[in-house]
Order: sequence, then structure tokens, then C-alpha cells
Amino acid sequence: MSHQPATLESGFKGVTADWSADKQAFPVPWGKAMMWIFLLSDTFIFSCFLTSYMNVRMSTTDPWPNTAEVFALTVGGHHIPLLLIAIMTMVLITSSGTMAMAVNFGYRRDRKRTAQLMFATAALGLCFVGMQAFEWTKLIVDEGVRPWGNPLGAAQFGSSFFMITGFHGLHVTGGVIYLSVVAYRVLSGFYDRKGTYETVEVAGLYWHFVDLVWVFIFAFFYLW
Amino acid sequence: MAVRQHDIANDVPADPSLAHAAAHGAHAEGQQHPIKLYLWIWLLLFVFSAFSYMVDYFQLQGALRWTLIIVFMLIKASFIVAIFMHMAWERLALKLAILVPPLTLLILIALMAIEGDYTFLTRLASFVK
Repeated sequence: MSHQPATLESGFKGVTADWSADKQAFPVPWGKAMMWIFLLSDTFIFSCFLTSYMNVRMSTTDPWPNTAEVFALTVGGHHIPLLLIAIMTMVLITSSGTMAMAVNFGYRRDRKRTAQLMFATAALGLCFVGMQAFEWTKLIVDEGVRPWGNPLGAAQFGSSFFMITGFHGLHVTGGVIYLSVVAYRVLSGFYDRKGTYETVEVAGLYWHFVDLVWVFIFAFFYLW
Repeated sequence: MAVRQHDIANDVPADPSLAHAAAHGAHAEGQQHPIKLYLWIWLLLFVFSAFSYMVDYFQLQGALRWTLIIVFMLIKASFIVAIFMHMAWERLALKLAILVPPLTLLILIALMAIEGDYTFLTRLASFVK
């Protein structure tokens, strides 16, 4: 493991020093650097989906279904547009908050609280996936939306919707499994024996990224 | 950062309670920030999500709608990346390595917008009666 000089230069001088000197370029745990690079590649995947969605939506001559209506819920006789999506957004933001706190408690070596907050995060993630399953069922069974067409408008709506939210939901599902494993290891004292809780932060990076992607999907797919 | 963490990794005692003391002692480990900061960001994310929802609820249309949606989206994204993902406290080299490459996507978006527009006009001219 290469050792860093005692004081690191800041600003652009620091960038030059980090990238040109004969040493490790990023003075962070390797897992963190690798997770960032993975997330960068994932950014490109999601961006390709969202850009292709933009392309098909711009090029279709049929009217695009009104998402505010498609994703509306009727609660107690009141018709509220986009209600389910609003709740899903809140759930995901809440889970991001609990995750941030888990990372914080991890670095304080508070084993129990870290694990509790991570399990809470995973539970909220599971809740999110559950609501997504409900949403998909409603769209497929009740509204008759298919990847190749739908009765609401432009045929491209279905394929864009299933591709984008499906891929995101898959990330959430993967995240729930990932977080549960790390939380279990926190609880069992694995990171105390290892001497560092940085894995919790790396898992946190992944989870916040999932939330980040949802911010973009929410804006471009549901609100636009 | 790395040096400190590896020092801790090397001289950490086997007893977790001692490790706990070590982490709170002379070497603070990793990214530690006040819980209050996270709670604030959390609250702001709720507020801005509510704002974006309101844009739809009040049926704002046209340029105003799109501007507001994008502004709220970017504010929320910056909070998540800067505070929750700790990018604000990373070194500039890592920030640049991760945040600059996605800018190339703007080229993809521009090209696909031109392409989409062209396809739309072609469809209007050739396929729509």
C-alpha cells in the first residue's frame, strides 16, 4: 500500500500532485474509489435510458399519456394525481436519510445503531419495491399497458416505462440485499475485527446513488 | 485519510470496546460530520420534493414548468452527491474524475434531440395523414 505524504496539497496543485506523482492517485479506501467508478458507469447506463426515452417521446406523433393521470390514486373519493409516486419518492428519501445516519454511526463504531439504521434502510427499500410492484400490476392488469403498446397514447410509453423503472427497481432490489448483508456483518462484529467501517460508507454510496437516479426519473418521466 | 485508516487498522485492539475508544480518541476515522447536517439535508430534500410535486399539482405548464422541474431536480441531486455521498469533502482529483465525465452526456442529449426532432418531422411528412 503506497503511503501518502503527511500533508496533501489542495486545489488544482493537489490534482496535479495526485495524478502525476508516483503514488496512489486517490487517497481513499480502494472500495470507495471502485464504487465511485462503478457508479460513474451506472450513470451512463441510466443516462442512455433517459436519453432514449427523450428521443422516442420527441419523435412520436401520437400524444404521450398524461402521467399525472396514469399514476393517480383515488383515496376516500378524492382523486389525487401522482400520489403513489409522491409516496415512493418520500420513502426513498427517508431511506437515504437513514443510510446517511448509518454511515455516521458506523464511523463512531456504534455497532448496534449502525445495523439498526441499515436494516431500516433496507426495509424502506423493500417497501419501495413493493409499491413499484403494485404500480406495475395496476398498469399491466388494469390499464393494459404493454411494452409494445397501450390504450392511453403513444406506444413508446410502455417500453420506456418498463425499461427505466424496471432497471431502477432492480437496483433497489440489489441494494436491499447488499445492505442486508453488510448490516448483518456490522451486527456480527465483522468490521470491528477488520478494524474499519468503510464498507458501510461504500454501501451507502450505492444506496444514495439509487436515490439520486430516482430524482432524475421522477423529474423526467413522471413530472415532465 | 488513507494513512490514518491503515494506522487504525494496524493498531486496533481485538476488544471492540477498546476499538470504540480508539475511534473516539486521537484519530477520528473516515467521514464524520454532525448528525444535524444530515437531518437538515434530509428535511431540504423533502421540501424540494414537495415543491416539484406542487409543480404538477398546480398544473404549471410550458417553460415555467420545465425550468422549475429541472431546478428542483438539480438542487436535490447536488445535495445528495455533495452531502450524503460526501463528495464535498473529497479531494479535487476524485471530484473531477467522477463529476466531469458525465458532462459528455450533454453531447449525446443534444444529438438525440436533433435526431428525435428530425424523426418527428419525417413521420409527420410521410406517415401521418
